[in-house]
Amino acid sequence: MAQKLVIIGNGMAPGRALETLVARAPGQFDITIFNAEPRVNYDRIMLSPVLSGEKSFEDIVIHDDAWYRRHGITLLKGCPVTAIDRAAKTVTGADGTIAPYDKLIVATGSSPIIIPIPGHTLAGVVAYRDLDDVDAMLKAAAIGRHAVVIGGGLLGLEAAAGLKLRGMQVTVLHLMPTLMERQLDPAAGHLLEQAMQKRGIDVICRANTHAILGDTHVTGVRLDDGREILADIVVMAVGIRPNAGLAKASGIEVNRGILVDDRMHTSDPDILALGECAEHGGTCYGLVAPLYEMAKVAAATLIGDASAAYRGSVTATKLKVTGIDLFSAGDFADRKGREEIVLRDPARGVYKRLVIEGERLVGAVLYGDTGDGAWFFDLIKGDKPIGSLRDMLIFGPAFQGGAVLPPTAAVAALSDDTEICGCNGVCKGDILAAIADKGLTTLAGVRAHTKASASCGTCTGKVEALLAHALGGAYEKRTVEPVCLCTDLGHDDVRRAIREGKLKSTHAVMQALSWKSSCGCAKCRPAINYYLLCQWPDEYRDDSRSRFVNERLHANIQKDGTYSVVPRLWGGVTSPKELRAIADVADKFNIPTVKVTGGQRIDLLGVRKEDLPGVWADLNAAGMVSGHAYAKGLRTVKTCVGSEWCRFGTQDSTGLGIKLERYLWGSWSPAKVKLAVSGCPRNCAEATCKDIGVVCVESGFEIHYAGAAGLHIQGTIVLAKVATEDECVEVIAALLQLYREDGRYLERIYKWMARVGHEGVVAKVVDDVEGRKALVQRFEFSQVFAQVDPWAERVAGLDAHEFAPLAVIPFSEAAE
Amino acid sequence: MTTHDVDWIDVGRIVDIPLRGSRVVASPIGDIAVFRAADDAVFALRDRCPHKGGPLSQGIVHEHSVTCPLHNWVISLASGEATGADRGCTPKIPVRLDGDRVMIALPETMAEAAE
Ligand code: SRM
Ligand SMILES: Cc1cc2nc3c(=O)[nH]c(=O)nc-3n(C[C@H](O)[C@H](O)[C@H](O)COP(=O)(O)OP(=O)(O)OC[C@H]3O[C@@H](n4cnc5c(N)ncnc54)[C@H](O)[C@@H]3O)c2cc1C
Ligand code: SF4
Ligand code: FES
Repeated sequence: MAQKLVIIGNGMAPGRALETLVARAPGQFDITIFNAEPRVNYDRIMLSPVLSGEKSFEDIVIHDDAWYRRHGITLLKGCPVTAIDRAAKTVTGADGTIAPYDKLIVATGSSPIIIPIPGHTLAGVVAYRDLDDVDAMLKAAAIGRHAVVIGGGLLGLEAAAGLKLRGMQVTVLHLMPTLMERQLDPAAGHLLEQAMQKRGIDVICRANTHAILGDTHVTGVRLDDGREILADIVVMAVGIRPNAGLAKASGIEVNRGILVDDRMHTSDPDILALGECAEHGGTCYGLVAPLYEMAKVAAATLIGDASAAYRGSVTATKLKVTGIDLFSAGDFADRKGREEIVLRDPARGVYKRLVIEGERLVGAVLYGDTGDGAWFFDLIKGDKPIGSLRDMLIFGPAFQGGAVLPPTAAVAALSDDTEICGCNGVCKGDILAAIADKGLTTLAGVRAHTKASASCGTCTGKVEALLAHALGGAYEKRTVEPVCLCTDLGHDDVRRAIREGKLKSTHAVMQALSWKSSCGCAKCRPAINYYLLCQWPDEYRDDSRSRFVNERLHANIQKDGTYSVVPRLWGGVTSPKELRAIADVADKFNIPTVKVTGGQRIDLLGVRKEDLPGVWADLNAAGMVSGHAYAKGLRTVKTCVGSEWCRFGTQDSTGLGIKLERYLWGSWSPAKVKLAVSGCPRNCAEATCKDIGVVCVESGFEIHYAGAAGLHIQGTIVLAKVATEDECVEVIAALLQLYREDGRYLERIYKWMARVGHEGVVAKVVDDVEGRKALVQRFEFSQVFAQVDPWAERVAGLDAHEFAPLAVIPFSEAAE
Repeated sequence: MTTHDVDWIDVGRIVDIPLRGSRVVASPIGDIAVFRAADDAVFALRDRCPHKGGPLSQGIVHEHSVTCPLHNWVISLASGEATGADRGCTPKIPVRLDGDRVMIALPETMAEAAE
């Protein structure tokens, strides 16, 4: 019979232990979890992005209800345990539930410390620990204007940044002379303070809070020196205390936290403790990495695997305020015999500090440029003499010349329990075991079987090095072309990270993937902008500063700095009314050239920038919209006359072309997309050299794709033959969406097809009918937000600054 | 000929220039591109690429550089020099911030030449 396992607390630590248990010993335990919070397990460390609005609660859920159901685990939400009866081996919940156990895990986490100054019980005083606190802050932000955060550590600063992004005026009160004084020296603390001030957050150091003011609700805060600061909400982020009371009351040995041994046993052999409530080797931890290690050991202990032991952890942390890069790892307390190496580059706002004890690196703080954080962290954990590295150490791995090992040798030197993938807590040993047991030979295989490198992807290089190390010559390294010089990651890596990591802004992408430049370059920014737009069509707001000029101004720049304007002529068909309007516009704005284009449109060339809105307004008035002649998106659909007039025409090619153009216009894609529809195989619309082409035949429609006739000439290949127009439109929309989701930025359809293979495309958009419908659905969803005429928006005033000078300096003022 | 040192001309507020963007100031010596980098640093250059005269104000601004919209030369905002393998330089225009006001100065020689 299954043993009864009861868990008190459903935070991040037991969540991880459960994952190991269900994977290693399915069915061995009958599991019941009591959770004081009325919800499932979520990623507590991501509360700050929820507060700032960069993520939603759904984005940070780790295990949803279905997960518990699938694994037969009983989760009692909103039901705190009030007592443990060790003699009877039962726990009692607040609602009276009594649950018997064979084994018990206490994982009650910690509680935020509330300083008992006058006023601390007023409504509007909140801590920062769980979703309820975030909700309370959001509520305050919705009605109030002023927030005070007490405590200038990691949590306090994240809360302050979040509240500021929600539009509040925020003041941080910090007791010490500089921020984060435990990690940073005063100069670096100042850099951080300036960065916060620059975001409009007031920081007051040496601020001793005397009282919180207000009758029933907070109205302000008074400092010892008499200063008063307005506040509609006060967030206390001054520290945490392990939740050990329940365990203590039941007679388990407790110091600051619940005492545990290397196998996570408490003083009662049937009771384990893990997470922030536990104390191991004199330390209570407050970061997830050590708790994850504890979780693995606890699971192993329960299963009866005596080999696992927890030996304490070195910790590293990052400040999660978008745009401020701060990383610290190890121990940087001032102690005898310790030395420091410090690098400052005030112009770049960079500060690095290394703490060395004996011959070993024991601590590192990086501010402004955190790219080498992982490398320093490895050195700290490696605990080996740094020897000759020392002189150049602070410049990071790039400057180590022959002293650093090539990647394969470097991973070979790591111990088996070194964590390779931080997101999913996968160690070197796990990966090597999977490679050996499952016969894996590819990165994709390792991702599928271990999850390593499957989330943010920053550890991809290490995983590849491990594959090379394990397989020797048998491993053919996937060659990734980096997006640009700002990163080592390839396009697919970035996209996966956006999707899996739910990254929703350029800043978030660059932060999460450790971009090497502060704000990207002209290569990566447009690519990231497109990937975000494609992945989050409803949520992401286009970043015009990451668009090339043509797409930013919705007109093509010419060699003399004027622009060309191409209105849409659906399917290449126009009317006297439209032609008259085009002629009038050309006259009115003195447009020098009017030309028929290769794509069956009319191009007005040589328009002055300041005239663009006027030209568009007149074209709009005649019913014309942007032809997107500038877009990495749908360009033109060329048609021939087809069955309506032509003696050979088999179908209404003109009508189908217009239908397609009206359905597909506005969509952004990796590169431009051109279509054509010909009414018979004589192919007068040249459909067989387009990105997507349709050749009509008696029995229906031949859908072609992957043609090109520019830098490279290539005929199309046939994707499918269908009988009806509706099917034809559906297959084309699915094809376009697959390309949008899968094509790399600037990769045209023919290149994409050559990379992914024709068979794969056919399988997804032709054979898999369900999959096709899903693609179409995603396409149509994104069209809801994309089919807005950019010209009309600008005529109505959007981006007006683009079209007018900032100032005009007359002659007299310049040279009086 | 004028005798004063520098005449600073107020051309508007910094917030009217998009972050990582640029606005044009039309002047007797030709268009001037005023840039605002991600860190709020402000620069001003003649709005002409040293390559073939492309309007730098229309390029993508990244760190303290701009990529020309015509053929992707990367120009340093601080010096006006082309970077990387390309060679050429766009004249710098003196610029400073006075509170939130952007002030530029037209070099006298240029202003005279324009007269
Ligand atoms: C206007 C037009 C020439 C004309 O006067 O006929 C034209 C003009 C330009 N083409 Fe084109 N192409 C035009 C038809 C074509 C065609 C023929 C066609 O579409 O049927 C092709 C070959 C078909 C193809 O795309 O495969 C063509 C292949 C290119 C290429 C090469 C693309 C490739 O991947 O090989 C470029 C370069 C690029 O996109 O990077 C290009 C780029 C350009 C640009 C956008 C160059 C630029 O970046 O400034 C020109 C913009 C001028 C302007 O301001 O309007 N144009 N260009 C044609 C507009 C078509 C339309 O109605 O929308
Ligand atoms: C805003 C914020 C940002 C953070 N950022 C980072 C970061 O960037 N990096 C990092 O490493 N760490 C970060 N942390 C810390 C990290 O979240 C914690 O270390 C981790 O969540 C602790 O896990 P745990 O399982 O021990 O406890 P918790 O996740 O706190 O879970 C304990 C759970 O037990 C429940 N509980 C308590 N008592 C009882 C009871 N009697 N009966 C039933 N249930 C009970 C609680 O309601 C809670 O849900 C952050 C924390 C916060 C609040
Ligand atoms: S072929 Fe196209 S890109 Fe070349 S000059 Fe003509 S319009 Fe310009
Ligand atoms: S004109 Fe600027 S790069 Fe050619």
